[in-house]
Amino acid sequence: MSNRSLVSISDYNKEEILEILDAAADFEANPNRSTLKGKVIATLFFEPSTRTRLSFETAVLRLGGSVIGFSDAATSSSVKGETLNDTIRMVSCYADAIVMRHPFEGAARYAAEISPVPIINAGDGANQHPSQTLLDLYSILKTQGTLENLKICVAGDLKYGRTVHSLIMAMSYFHPTFRFIAPEELKLNEEYRIFCLMNNIPFEETTELNDNINDADILYMTRVQRERFQDLMEYERVKNVYTLKNSMLENTKPNLRILHPLPRVSEIAPDVDKNEKAYYFQQAQNGLYIRQAIISKVLSV
Amino acid sequence: MEKELKVAALRNGTVIDHIPADKLYQVVFMLHLDTCDNQITIGNNLESAKIGKKGIIKIAGKVFAEDETNKIALIAPNAKINIIKDYQVIEKRPLSLPDEIHEIAQCNNPNCITNHQNISTFFNVIKDETGTMLKCHYCERLIKLEEVKIK
Ligand SMILES: [Zn+2]
Repeated sequence: MSNRSLVSISDYNKEEILEILDAAADFEANPNRSTLKGKVIATLFFEPSTRTRLSFETAVLRLGGSVIGFSDAATSSSVKGETLNDTIRMVSCYADAIVMRHPFEGAARYAAEISPVPIINAGDGANQHPSQTLLDLYSILKTQGTLENLKICVAGDLKYGRTVHSLIMAMSYFHPTFRFIAPEELKLNEEYRIFCLMNNIPFEETTELNDNINDADILYMTRVQRERFQDLMEYERVKNVYTLKNSMLENTKPNLRILHPLPRVSEIAPDVDKNEKAYYFQQAQNGLYIRQAIISKVLSV
Repeated sequence: MEKELKVAALRNGTVIDHIPADKLYQVVFMLHLDTCDNQITIGNNLESAKIGKKGIIKIAGKVFAEDETNKIALIAPNAKINIIKDYQVIEKRPLSLPDEIHEIAQCNNPNCITNHQNISTFFNVIKDETGTMLKCHYCERLIKLEEVKIK
């Protein structure tokens, strides 16, 4: 049973990814259904993430299912001090599937091994967040009409940014060309550089945003977090360099769309929001349809 | 004659030789020799032309399964394993890392679930042109062989 869990984007092959994207388009056309009638989905948020939790819960409710769970293990007396093993076994007695977010990396993989019901990983520490990756792909497909042969610029924190790492892995099926734009201290890790080389994915690396986005189909921005920097002066410098302003979009391609996993800090100036190339709010909306598709797939409904 | 004194002959069993001196006790614990009832001879800080100071372990009356001895590759990849029968070496066993490593190693990632709950560790051994690494089955972190921590 647990092999229907979705823990990591690498659990799905190309066909399964495309199947999810197809299903998401169906849900977008008709999001209110009753296919989950009589089903109970648990959302276990061992660390809070209101945005992700509401998206999953709305997905369940719009399919006619019910939701149980908690939004923060720190205030949930029922799981305080209880092992993950015990919590998962207890909840799997009540629920048909479990959506979980956990501060420790690997928690969802472990849960999937012990749970008799499917686990959907809604983020395990800095490791994986597959529904985010699938909604990123859906947003790319929707705005470009294809996933094939796109030029994708990825900017910001490429060292710790898990959404970037998963995006690289998932896009590897579709012949992308990447440009990685990051300050020296947040450069793409060796592991993913090797991944690109081994999969024959062409890429360049640069440290400046500026003109480097003019040939892009997709600009994927990520948060640059202060806590990643030893030197606060350096953070202030980097923060300025990596702020996308509306004026910088003047010479970009008409089909360019800007994605960001949200919430943003300061890497996209508010004046970009009204540009038609800004897509990050619609991107978040797409998460609902992707999560409807994922839940339906793991429950085979 | 002097050589005889250092390494008493073994009739039947397993000899693990050329263990770097500072890794000897890790090998002892990894093979659970501290709780093994067989006759065991342990020599350490012996002179070795090849590796400076070396350790040697002789376990009488016991032939280890290959997946047991292969674990040694994790901490002493150049150790030599000889299986002895009637004072003769009947098998020189090459060391090769198994495809999966269970329990003996600890994940380097402090934020890994295996470092916070009572979960036995599990690593996949990844071999490619850049070398050999372990990948944590849970947190998916890649760990260089030389950075692996033994429990
Ligand atoms: Zn780990």
